[in-house]
Order: sequence, then C-alpha cells, then structure tokens
Amino acid sequence: MSPKRKWENFPGRNKFYLNGRVIMAKANGVCIFTAVLILSTSALFFAFDCPYLYDHVSPVVPFIAIWFFLFSLGALARAAFIDPGIVPRASLDEAAYIEKHIALETSQSQGFRPPARTRDITVNGQSVKLKYCFTCKIFRPPRASHCSMCDNCVDRFDHHCPWVVLLSEDKGSFVDAVKESPARYPFILGLTGFHSYLVASNQTTNEDIKGTFSSRRGQNNYNPYSKGSVWANCVDVLCAPLRPSLLDLRGFIVPDPSDSAERGQYGSVATNQQPAMPAPISQTMYPAPTNTSVENNDTAEQKKPLIPDTSNHGDTLKQDSDRGLVKLSTV
Amino acid sequence: MAQNTVMKVFVQRDYSRGTNCRFMTEMPVELQGKIDDQKFLHTIQGINEIMDDAERISVGSYFENCLGCLTGYLSLLCFETQYDKCLKRLTEYVNQQNANVYVPQGLMVINPMERGLRVIEICILNVGSR
Repeated sequence: MSPKRKWENFPGRNKFYLNGRVIMAKANGVCIFTAVLILSTSALFFAFDCPYLYDHVSPVVPFIAIWFFLFSLGALARAAFIDPGIVPRASLDEAAYIEKHIALETSQSQGFRPPARTRDITVNGQSVKLKYCFTCKIFRPPRASHCSMCDNCVDRFDHHCPWVVLLSEDKGSFVDAVKESPARYPFILGLTGFHSYLVASNQTTNEDIKGTFSSRRGQNNYNPYSKGSVWANCVDVLCAPLRPSLLDLRGFIVPDPSDSAERGQYGSVATNQQPAMPAPISQTMYPAPTNTSVENNDTAEQKKPLIPDTSNHGDTLKQDSDRGLVKLSTV
Repeated sequence: MAQNTVMKVFVQRDYSRGTNCRFMTEMPVELQGKIDDQKFLHTIQGINEIMDDAERISVGSYFENCLGCLTGYLSLLCFETQYDKCLKRLTEYVNQQNANVYVPQGLMVINPMERGLRVIEICILNVGSR
C-alpha cells in the first residue's frame, strides 16, 4: 500500500479531488450552478449575439468575448479550487506547549476565573487581540478567522462565498469572476465599487462588516495594516508575491522527525543503533509527578473544557514548569 | 515511553510590523544554556531576512501577478514564483544551520514551512546529557 498523503487525513470540512491537487468546500452545488450560469449565458451570447456583432460592429468582438469567457472561468476555477490561505492546525506537541503556557498564566492570575484565552499584541502601534481557536489549537494570527463552513482558520479571512465555494482571500479573483460574467450587470457596479473600496483601504469584508477599524470603537482606532495611501494599498493587495499553500496537501504523512532523531539520527537513515537518549535518563528527567500531570492533561483534553480547571491542573503544571519544560503529550 | 521524550520549544511569530512572516528574536527560556545567544539571534534573523525577501513587493512580483492574471494563472505552472524560490533558500539555510550549529549542540531546528510558518519548532534532542 502506498503511503497516505496529508489531504487524506485533513481535519477540516473540505472535499479533495485529483489526489489532493484541488481543494473545495463540502457543499459545492452552488459553485457548479455558478459555472453552469456562466457557461449557459456565454453559449447564448456566442450563438445569437456574436454573429450579429461580428457583422455589424467589429470582427474583434468574438475574440474579446472568448478571452473574457475563458478569463472568468479561469478566475472562478482558481477561486474555487485552491487553498484560500488555510492556517494549518497545531501539532500535538505545539498544542501541548501552548496549553502549558496558558496553564502557567492561569496559575499566576489572582481572580476566581481564569483569564480569557487571548493574547494582546501590538501591530504597527495598534493593539490587537489574538483569540485562541479551540478547534485549531492555536492563537489565530491577526486578520485570520475560523470559517464555520469549512472548519478551518483562514488567514486574511474575507468571507465564505458559496458562489465560488471556498473562502475568498483578498486576491481579486472572486471580483474578476463576478465582473466578467455577463448575466449580472446590476450587481457589477456595486460589487466592483465595494471591492475597490476594500482594496484601496486594505481591509477584508469581514473587517469592514464588523467595523474592526471603525472610529466608533475608539478615538485612536485605525487600520494597522493600511500602508497609508490608496495607491500603496492597491499595490500591497494586488502586487504582493503570490503565496503558496501552507498545507502541503500532497505531501506524504511521515512520522515526526524527532522520533527518528531521537534514535541518534539526524535525518532518517540509521547507521548508529545506539540511542542518543536512553530510556533511564529520560525517566530521571521526567519523574512520577510529570506522568500524573500528563494523565491530568489527558483527561482534561477528553472532557474538552472551555475553561481550564485552575485548582487542579494549574498547580501540578506550575510545579512542573518550575522544574523546566514539561512534555505533556508523551502519549 | 522513551520514544517520544524529545523536548520541543516553539518560537512564535512577531506581528509587531504587520502580518508579514517574522519570528520573535527573543530566546525561549528552555533554550538558555543550550545555545549561544548570538548564534540563536543570527539564525532567527537569517530566517526573517529570507521571509522578508519572499514577501517583498518588487518588479518581479508585479509581473508575476500580471502574467498570472492574463493567463488565468496557468503561468504559475511554468514559472517558479519569488516566494517558492525563497522557500527553497529557507530550506537550505535551515539545513545548513542545523548541520553547523544546532545538531552538534543536540538541537534541531524544524523548517518553519513544515509548521505552516506559524512557529519555528526547535527540538532538544539529548535532554539527558546536559
């Protein structure tokens, strides 16, 4: 049996085609409807309007129309089929590391309730709250949001668009897809205007609707991601280097490299059978209390509490953290 | 279980200058005494510089977008983007730093790309010997 690829174990609610080359949302019926709309309206145009326009207006019309047609399909395909910027979930070890740091903060706080799982950071002089995502087990990067339809955190989340099925990032391909489809002229001006405004102010639809940078939220509230001028924002959004997917969907699932590294190897080929870290040493490093904390943590994880229990785990974790770093996910 | 007792330390992203990919240059507490401060700083700054190059808006990235847009992004199948080139450089750099600095000290830096550019994972391999 060939080794599994990463998309086969992907935790989000997505569909994959062509062995992981194409990623879509689960409900892609509306997207197919969009494609059918474009195809049928274009077919009508080419069948009835085009011959007349070719004869009476200009012979270049069909060629321009064909280019528009291919372009809108291409833009739709790109928007629907590629990764919109999904932030990969934390590995078990990383989640445990974050959990340990949160537990440490919880044990230090004086109040009855543990502090909210947020982190305050400063972006270009504006303070921003990073929220903890309980599904992805990460502090969401600024501008990222968890998509409830796809069950993924998406960087620079704009909105989940059922018409193109995946969450559109900011890249404008969605705009192009709508702009070029000949059937919907009334919407075109409005959407073009709105998206041009978003691009020019370097905002996402999500931020605009929530009023994240609105001055109503405070006198000194401003958009820390804006480059300062309309022109600079357009360049920033439209000319930034194209970013690759961070998911490595077609990569093979390999065991954690540290497993092989632990056997005295850097890399994977074993030449030295002597383990770099024999078991007895690791036992002295991780005495009994650590193991209990591991169990505590495990049961805690099974129950999936929204708020960690301060009285129990906080203490044991604090003891452990005094001793040094604790490996919580040894199981 | 002896199998999974490698300690892991995570260097977080630094968002103070915006959402571009940068990592904190502060040394995590767990690494103190295991690696020279300056060497650690040098590695992180090296990674940050490579990521800056990857995300820099340049004439190259402008033409990448224009060409992509005109060809329905089929051009991406033919050309390697600026970002991908820098990611290759990043892999080389991390491997070289590992071989020269980290593995002799019993540490190993995981390519941040393998962790979705969210963190730099550093494994402490021989916990017992120190």
